[in-house]
Amino acid sequence: MNFRNPEFYTNRELSWLRFNARVLSEARDASLPLFERLKFLSITVSNLDEFFMVRVASLKDMVHAGYNKKDISGLSPKEQLEVLYGEIHRFVDLQYDTYKELIIPALQENRVGIVEHHEELTREQGAYADRFFAENVYPVLTPMAVDSSRPFPLIKNKSLNLCALLSKKDGSKEVEFATVQVPSVLPRIVELPSADSDTVTLIRLEEIIERNISKLFLNYDVLCAYPFRIMRNADLTIEEEEAEDLLKEIEKQIKKRQWGEAIRLEVEAGIDKRLLKILKKELKVSSEDIYPIVGPLDLTFLMKMYSLPGFEHLKRKGFEPQPVPALPSGCNLFEEIRKGDVLLHHPYQTFTPVVRFIEQAATDEKVLAIKQTLYRVSGNSPIIKALSKAAENGKQVTVLVELKARFDEENNIVWAKMLEQAGCHVIYGLVGLKTHSKITLVVRREEDGIRRYVHLGTGNYNDATAKLYTDTGLLTCDEAIGEDATAVFNMLSGYSEPPGWNKLSVAPLWLKKKFLRLIDREAQNAKAGRPARIAAKMNSLCDPDIIEALYEASCAGVEIHLLVRGICSLRAGVKDVSENIFVRSIVGDYLEHSRIFYFENDLSPEVYMASADWMPRNLDRRVEIMFPIENPDLKKEVMHILDLQFRDNVKAHRLMPDGTYEKVQRGEDERFACQEIFCQEAKKAAKQKKKGGEGGKRVFIPKTSADDI
Amino acid sequence: MAIKTFAAIDVGSFEMAMKIFEISAKCGMREIDYIRHHLALGSDTYNTKKIGYEKMDELCRILREFQQIMKTYGVTDYRAYGTSAIREAENTLIILDQIRNRTGVEIQVLSNSEQRFLDYKSIASKGEEFRSFIGKGTAIVDIGGGTIQLSLFENDSLVTTQNVKIGVLRLHELLMQMRPKPGQQAAILDEMMDSQLSVFKKMYLKDRIVSNLIVMDDYISGTIKGQLAEGKNGVVSKEVFGAFADSFFVKSREALAETYAVAEENVELMGISARILSHVMEMMNAETIWAPGVTLCDGIAYEYAEKKRINMTRHDFEKDIIACAKNISKRYMGSRKRSEVMEETALTIFDSMKKVHGMSKRERLLLQLAAIMHDCGKFINMTDVGMCSYSIIMHTEMIGLSHREREIVAYVARFIHDDFSYYDEMAAASDMNKETYLIIAKLTAIIRIANGLDKSHKQKFKKFKASLEEERLILTVEGKQDIMYEQAIFRQRSDFFEEVFSIEPVIKQKKMD
Repeated sequence: MNFRNPEFYTNRELSWLRFNARVLSEARDASLPLFERLKFLSITVSNLDEFFMVRVASLKDMVHAGYNKKDISGLSPKEQLEVLYGEIHRFVDLQYDTYKELIIPALQENRVGIVEHHEELTREQGAYADRFFAENVYPVLTPMAVDSSRPFPLIKNKSLNLCALLSKKDGSKEVEFATVQVPSVLPRIVELPSADSDTVTLIRLEEIIERNISKLFLNYDVLCAYPFRIMRNADLTIEEEEAEDLLKEIEKQIKKRQWGEAIRLEVEAGIDKRLLKILKKELKVSSEDIYPIVGPLDLTFLMKMYSLPGFEHLKRKGFEPQPVPALPSGCNLFEEIRKGDVLLHHPYQTFTPVVRFIEQAATDEKVLAIKQTLYRVSGNSPIIKALSKAAENGKQVTVLVELKARFDEENNIVWAKMLEQAGCHVIYGLVGLKTHSKITLVVRREEDGIRRYVHLGTGNYNDATAKLYTDTGLLTCDEAIGEDATAVFNMLSGYSEPPGWNKLSVAPLWLKKKFLRLIDREAQNAKAGRPARIAAKMNSLCDPDIIEALYEASCAGVEIHLLVRGICSLRAGVKDVSENIFVRSIVGDYLEHSRIFYFENDLSPEVYMASADWMPRNLDRRVEIMFPIENPDLKKEVMHILDLQFRDNVKAHRLMPDGTYEKVQRGEDERFACQEIFCQEAKKAAKQKKKGGEGGKRVFIPKTSADDI
Repeated sequence: MAIKTFAAIDVGSFEMAMKIFEISAKCGMREIDYIRHHLALGSDTYNTKKIGYEKMDELCRILREFQQIMKTYGVTDYRAYGTSAIREAENTLIILDQIRNRTGVEIQVLSNSEQRFLDYKSIASKGEEFRSFIGKGTAIVDIGGGTIQLSLFENDSLVTTQNVKIGVLRLHELLMQMRPKPGQQAAILDEMMDSQLSVFKKMYLKDRIVSNLIVMDDYISGTIKGQLAEGKNGVVSKEVFGAFADSFFVKSREALAETYAVAEENVELMGISARILSHVMEMMNAETIWAPGVTLCDGIAYEYAEKKRINMTRHDFEKDIIACAKNISKRYMGSRKRSEVMEETALTIFDSMKKVHGMSKRERLLLQLAAIMHDCGKFINMTDVGMCSYSIIMHTEMIGLSHREREIVAYVARFIHDDFSYYDEMAAASDMNKETYLIIAKLTAIIRIANGLDKSHKQKFKKFKASLEEERLILTVEGKQDIMYEQAIFRQRSDFFEEVFSIEPVIKQKKMD
């Protein structure tokens, strides 16, 4: 059987669109609190924006370059784009259908009105809008007209703009083009006075500007005005061999990004034909890249609406991440870690111990050195502060700052410089590789010699996203892992690879082979009639070698259960290929982000966690780390996490043999939403610890009946 | 508990390496960090005979980084050694001076035998495992770039060690020059090794039984230790290793790199290293291989721990050296009995004169070695024994002796027979310093007396005592036989002794009934 047959694979872009459709289905789910639905709709919009800037752009680049190589599903870049155009247009239609047919009526039911067109304003509201324009908006606008002496201006990537046709008031027949950017410094949503006090009326900024647009062109008559928005090619390709100084190169690229080729033009449906023609010509976009929108452009303003005060009753009840039972507040982390490995499960458990780990190391007298990899951190990050403090306290601090983290570069450069000023040794990434691993090493001199404390995780060192993403982590002072961690940082500092690894598996050199070996071992066990099972959870699965190995394992009789949140190029349940493979996807309130791998290994199971997905970019072009969970109690805990995820019947979708996804049907079964249950379990564990009842227990107690809840 | 944090730096021909150790009586040596940086100093030295500016610059940069890392661990002491790339460069002294000025790091240059001795010590640093092997017939195969070092063990002690010119890079160079077809490579390698190894076999191996090899090298040790070794003691059988060595001449480079998880550019040298080892294995008829996976850095730390008298279980290297010397004496048909008497007499005199000569235990060992090998030159020429002994000792490797120490032993053995050369003469012949010269003089004075006491070579005394009484050294002998001849000779020989120590040796006989 040729498992590389393109028929057995799904194109990754299409699979991604299906993921975004699953997110959209959350926005369409009437059982969810209304404002949560706004958020999901907004997320599908910003997701699609990024998809355009990166994926569509890269496909276009390939087409321009005449690159014809087919992907694993057998499509050339050109064919992929053709398929995508149709899919995306249908998807955008569904987004606006959701907005107009579901969201708006639901908002109205809850006495929230959005004035879609400024023409619909009452006199009183109109006067308020005009005053708002004069006081707040007018001073920051920069209208730009185009004529023979003034060339077409630079339209910034992702910015919302109004374009207008003007004619001079002196009666000349000549028609001129003008454009003005809707300022991003002002809130996109403005609240208007309402007729009655329990109603909220909102209007979008561009409507206020459109209403007042004649004030910008006093010597002209404005014939018509319409909003438009463009998306540019933003895939960051850096000629690293030529880039002497990575930092400078990236700064340069960020400036260039605003200038990338326009790859999408969104306009309001019914835009004046003359305007569209000018835009099309000046921005050099082709017809299939134009998206006429029936409704407001750029629905991400819904995210702004989400944060409006006073709608708590329309949002999900907030959950406070719970303390980790093994790490009571105020404890000495080093002492606790010495007692045994500690598993962390965010956001159900708080991220604070990770921050405190570094803060404590910064001031602990016995700590000699702190080493850490940083990919994306929050603004005003407490981790950055702690690292700076450590350097000021004379600790040796080495930080690898990944400058190439997509769309965060600008941010990253700022704090990388900050760290350097504080006296940290900063490594600005590796040439040709992205450092995606999440590892922190603290070296401490203790009575009986050097001891190393290590944190390993599946998510970034970002205290803000740690409240929204589900991730797992491990705190340990295991000597073998400590040695490996030291070796990892030696490699990141440019030294040669160690003669061997104890427990960690590192990409790009070793990790993929390790996965292939582990999968193959299950296949061999299955063939020999021994128990064989794989369970894995990740964000994306599209590595052809891994998929092929999984197909082989499936045919050998290995039972394979996968939780893949996003892209999945693997086809499940295909006869004679993947009959034993079952794939689910969970799209919940928290973004599923942890990567967990379980291998039956003939009844002595092995459990791993990693920073990597089963994607070529993770396994071949990034520095990633996979680490084993060996403590039997923690192993059980991780298996419990996996188990609960597979039992979800509320937020889970099942991948069908034809490549589509279907929501898991609950039927008569009781409701089982794993994210909710993790919240409850974390609460209960923390409470028990507080009471001292189950002091020091590191294992969650699974609930077997709904009565417990 | 006293823990020393120590850094061992090896500036090698292809790589700079640093290991950080914690050394304590309780836990022995604990490796904390191992940092390696690829730097081909050797390609400069071997091609242009000099280390160029760029390599120098990088070397200093890495040393400064090493210093930073040392700071990270609070390292209190370090040793840095350079090997052949630095040793063989014409501008060694300039390079060392520049490194010192730019980084403050003091690099000491190792001779081949010193380097091999440290390699040997690094294996010994494995303690228990090492001892379990050397009890049986064992050989160490230390594979270097230019040469390999073969060392044989007997009853826990190293008895002989030989340097054979079939190093990995040397064979690789030769192979490249010949451009054989892929199928012929293995046969050509075998042929190149055969000519050298057959001599070794005939001369040194004879009927010794070697059942186990201990291997040290830069290319295959890791794979042997990590992938081939099985079982508790981590040894690899002849069959498993044979299949491994053969695979290099069967599979493609790519497949090999994949199988053994190594960089593709290392595959060829791995193949040659494996071939050397399998060839030696076959020659010695050994059953198993053990790769301790240690490097020169481990030896550096072990030596440091010895010098600082950190109380760890240790191998007795002096015993090895003595065993080696006895083996040399045997090979050149020296008289074992006479050597033993010489040894005892000389050491007795040495011990009784501690206050006067001020020499240490190490010089006592050198005296012992000279006594053991004092007459090996006779094998070549009976009338020029001194010079012949000197040459034999200078050309026989004894692991554990520095070049300077070997020179001392050789001179002392020579001056038993030949006229003593004074400093100006000696310094003209070699770059000897005054300190070394004085040691030679003192040891010669002692050994001459010892030799004089048994001039008839009949071992007439049963008991011998020496005691220092003011300006006189009283040598009391017990025995029935007449010692007229000895006494006459002794008066002749004592002049030099008086000259060196300003002490008059007096011989007294205690007649026994």
